[in-house]
Amino acid sequence: MNEVDRQLRDAVREARHGGPSQSALDELAARAAREGLADVAYGQADSPFGPLTVAATDRGLVLLAYPELMVEDVLDRLAREVSPRVLELPARIDPIRRELDEYFEGRRRDFDQPVDWRLVHGGFFEAILRATAEVGYGQTVSYREIAERAGNVKAVRAAGNGLGSNPVPIVVPCHRVVATGGGLGGYTGGVERKQRLLDAEAAVLAGSRSS
Amino acid sequence: MSLPPFQVLIDSHGAVVHRFLVASVGPVDADDCFQEVWIAALRAYPELRDGSNLRGWLLKIAQRKAIDSHRAAGRRPAPAESLPEIPVPAGEPFDGEPRLWARVRALPEKQRMAVFLRSVADLEYAEVGTALDCSQDAARRNVHEGLKRLREELAR
Repeated sequence: MNEVDRQLRDAVREARHGGPSQSALDELAARAAREGLADVAYGQADSPFGPLTVAATDRGLVLLAYPELMVEDVLDRLAREVSPRVLELPARIDPIRRELDEYFEGRRRDFDQPVDWRLVHGGFFEAILRATAEVGYGQTVSYREIAERAGNVKAVRAAGNGLGSNPVPIVVPCHRVVATGGGLGGYTGGVERKQRLLDAEAAVLAGSRSS
Repeated sequence: MSLPPFQVLIDSHGAVVHRFLVASVGPVDADDCFQEVWIAALRAYPELRDGSNLRGWLLKIAQRKAIDSHRAAGRRPAPAESLPEIPVPAGEPFDGEPRLWARVRALPEKQRMAVFLRSVADLEYAEVGTALDCSQDAARRNVHEGLKRLREELAR
């Protein structure tokens, strides 16, 4: 082997170990955000159920995914349905993360961060979810009641489908919509979670009444 | 077909782009150049029609930015499309980098880019051609001419 080939081989081998520093990657993400190029920012938020994947656009919170959903699938959906410019930018979701922390600690009853309804397909589904967003902390309403508030009392099944497609559970509290006659009804994150969220809210309300 | 989330591109191809830049513009300018490459890619991304070779697409942007950076740094008087009559003196290698890189950086533009894309970025000749807007044969020729010239210089 001649000298150049040997040096080239060694130099390439040495270069293999290189890569961008974390600070270079952080600076890139920050600059993308500054220049308005991060159409979708995502990060993780803690919850009693495990880490949630949280995504936001310039309009607001667009998606909140329970831990069992693969992050890759969540990001693919955002790329497909919102914009391929999806970037990991934890700083951009800090406000919603703080509100979620407060909610899970029982210190917050309403979310102040705006919701981006872009992933809600169909006017009736959006009406259902907007009506659901108005259901107060610790309260429950029936599917029928929500269908009526959304403008179509007969569309109970569609109301259930709309709630099942809620892209921002917890923040839009679809867990507060339950079956008539005492049943819980379904829940995208699993019915145990629905019960747990309702129990936690009831406990906070009971605590504040007794104190 | 739909494009993957941009973060996936950074996670999958960030390292190869960075390595290519460290070698081709030197470690001092590589980080700035890295930002320029990815911001340019992010700007263009939603309009990208063909998502089948994203690594090649990114390295094409990277080689353009490397040439811009190289010209701006004024290390070479002018871009050379063919072998100049008088050899350009090789620059000094940066601390801790392979000595050979300084010599590769002194090659004419196309040869320099072709050698770095083929070796550091590990592209096939067809991909080198795509990145440099030339044929596969021309890409191969540029790599071989570049290496031949390095051999001659080192033999001197």
